[in-house]
Amino acid sequence: MTQVSAFTAPALPGLRNLLSRYGENMMWLARYMERIENMARLIDVTGSSVQGSNRDAGWDSVIRINADEAFFFHHHKAATEQAVVAFYITESENPDSIKSMARCARENARVLRPLISTEMWMHLNVFTRWVVDLGPEDVGASYLSALCTRLKQDCQTHFGITEGTLYRDQAWQFYSLGKNLERADQITRLIDIKYHTLLPSGAGVGSDIDMSQWTSVLRSAAAYHAFRRVLPDGMTPANIVGFLLKNDGFPRSLSTSLRNVYSALGILAGEYRLRQCGPILERVEELRVTLVEQTVEDIILRGLHEYMDWIQRELRQLQNEIAQAFWPPVVSVAPMGGMEQMQD
Amino acid sequence: MHDMKMAAQAAGLFATYDIPDFFCELLNRGDTPPPGLQMVRDRLARFDLTELRRRAAAVEAQFYRLGITFTVYSDREAIDRVLPFDVIPRVLTAAEWDHVERGVQQRVRAINLFLHDIYHDRHILRDGVVPADLVLGNPNYCQAMVGLDVPGGVYVHINGTDLVRDRDGRFLVLEDNARTPSGVSYVLEDRQMMLRLMPDLATGLNIRPVDEYGPRLHRALVEVAPAGIAEPQVVLLSPGIYNAAYFEHVFLAREMGIPLVEGRDLMVEDGYVYMRTVAGPRPVHSIYRRLNDDFLDPLVFNPDSLLGVPGLVDAYRRGNVTLANAIGTGVADDKAVYAYMPRIIRYYLDEEPILTNVETHICAERAGLEYTLANLEQLVVKPVGESGGYGLLIGPHASQAELAEFRDRLRANPANYISQPVISLSVSPTLCPAGVEARHVDLRPFAVTGESTWVLPGGLSRVALRKGSLVVNSSQGGGSKDTWVLAS
Repeated sequence: MTQVSAFTAPALPGLRNLLSRYGENMMWLARYMERIENMARLIDVTGSSVQGSNRDAGWDSVIRINADEAFFFHHHKAATEQAVVAFYITESENPDSIKSMARCARENARVLRPLISTEMWMHLNVFTRWVVDLGPEDVGASYLSALCTRLKQDCQTHFGITEGTLYRDQAWQFYSLGKNLERADQITRLIDIKYHTLLPSGAGVGSDIDMSQWTSVLRSAAAYHAFRRVLPDGMTPANIVGFLLKNDGFPRSLSTSLRNVYSALGILAGEYRLRQCGPILERVEELRVTLVEQTVEDIILRGLHEYMDWIQRELRQLQNEIAQAFWPPVVSVAPMGGMEQMQD
Repeated sequence: MHDMKMAAQAAGLFATYDIPDFFCELLNRGDTPPPGLQMVRDRLARFDLTELRRRAAAVEAQFYRLGITFTVYSDREAIDRVLPFDVIPRVLTAAEWDHVERGVQQRVRAINLFLHDIYHDRHILRDGVVPADLVLGNPNYCQAMVGLDVPGGVYVHINGTDLVRDRDGRFLVLEDNARTPSGVSYVLEDRQMMLRLMPDLATGLNIRPVDEYGPRLHRALVEVAPAGIAEPQVVLLSPGIYNAAYFEHVFLAREMGIPLVEGRDLMVEDGYVYMRTVAGPRPVHSIYRRLNDDFLDPLVFNPDSLLGVPGLVDAYRRGNVTLANAIGTGVADDKAVYAYMPRIIRYYLDEEPILTNVETHICAERAGLEYTLANLEQLVVKPVGESGGYGLLIGPHASQAELAEFRDRLRANPANYISQPVISLSVSPTLCPAGVEARHVDLRPFAVTGESTWVLPGGLSRVALRKGSLVVNSSQGGGSKDTWVLAS
């Protein structure tokens, strides 16, 4: 066992020795909460930007953003508002539904109870119980916006409580890694699908398109007002894509998320002397360089879809490398479900 | 006489309280209670029922938000239930507590000496004080422990002693819990909740605090760690989030500031135990395990167990890690061995037991079986080796058919049973749907043993919420009460 003998750093007593499993759960807690927030945003914006008499138009892109075409159409005939909303909010069979994700967040939080603050737990406990109890009657079109608002606010409350109460050690860095990897993933999916959906076929950069749809893309990323401040007259698809990918001041842009990933890994490598971070840092740096060195026009000309696809593959690879470095698979792992023991 | 006068003065909330023919901890004690207890009684009497219910609802809501739950399994879904909590505290006087504390300490001392003896020279068996087959043939007797010296001779680091009080208020030991006793988290949580929601009841009273438990337990686990380690790493080993007591595992890990680990977080390399951290394997020296013996190490016990750690027992036998409690302690809290506990105390300590046992008939013995069969309708019959109030017969509450069926079971497997007379358990006023009524209670004090034995003041008071019921187990409709030990 080379790792045992090679380890020389001084022992840190107590919880500062972060269990691998806690690291993994911290990361996934953040990812699930971030994913729930993004899903609520997307549904809210899709529901409120539907125009004209056909309420069911535009919902298919929600399915495509989440790459759920096969699974969705196995269960539903058509991408109607009702079907898509149920699929992504209340259907337990769908692992990507908000209800399923809330369950996962709760399971992760249960594991993390020894580590997270009581305030974090209390909020998650109440929030996830509420979500798990949501029924079809709660997601009707007339309540949808209010429901999504509450979902978003609860996620934001979670992030706020965490920021204000979680002890800052390695666990916080893994949480931050999870949150920012998820944001990076979500923003690239959104751009990829929306860009190709909204551009009329055969049209090039700068074509005359329906700007109200692009406004809704910005809104679903919470970027509308920030974009207006930076580029008051520049409402073009390329500018919008560029803003979401490359703007360093916008908290959900790809460049900001990658910067935060880099910073969390850097702290783990430096302050906590986790040397496994080295090669992972290099991969993130490489990603950041490709983003800085190209203009958005270059990216679009060379193929936006290919670039987004590549980024997503890189993000998955990053997640795998982090898992391999900090919670390597154990031979003969016990399953999550322990058996019940009688304890008197 | 004195009590009745007291009760009359204390009318108010207790105006309709029907003092039963039992020892009531608050209102029918047969003595002149100390001022502190009288103060609680008078303050409670001035509450009106609506206000008390409002407080109770607030407590329940708070417990729910905190997720202080135990888990009940039905089919596939695990349901979290809030353990019912009664807002009327159970109060013990300083003198009562002094007696209980000394009695528990004595019992823990005897249990540890007994365990050391039966895993070494077996004097007590050779002297015929306890039947050898009862110990050596006991399913909880662990061969892997034979000849092993544990640090400080401590086998039972955490012990829970279940006590009841009879019609005269006398404390009796109902059973010992020397394996992985649970429930202490409720003691600490109940107290916090009580002081927050009933501050007017506790003001000015000198109540012994309970929040020392975490640091005391941690200190004990450090004390029993293998010698020569400057800063021993203590962990709590849990079966995981699906275990009924998971909340408690979390609670205790937090109170001690130690990692809560599962079997898969630990590994054994060359006889040393490590935990898997993001910085690689880190040594572990002392394990508070909330995993039963059978699941600890698939190489030694249940080979199918995925909850344990392969090689853990080997590391333990080499003295590289301490397990709390030790393996094989179940033989000391076995319901059949329990019957011999008074003799065990006399044998090792040459003292009379401070806390007495409930009179117990051992059905494995001919006389015990015959007595049990002849008096079944007046006895409580308990299967040995079971826990949680399952498979129990309460004679006076059983139908003729149930009695007949149980007689057959007894004849078929007498060694599996002991019987005891029905104790007129003491009661405590409890907030019930119809008002404040008398409900039966028991008491589980927790003793922590490292270099010495410390008993958490008070302990878990469980209350049987159903009218007339004697079963206090949480899995069988029991609730809890905060236990106040008065300092003077």
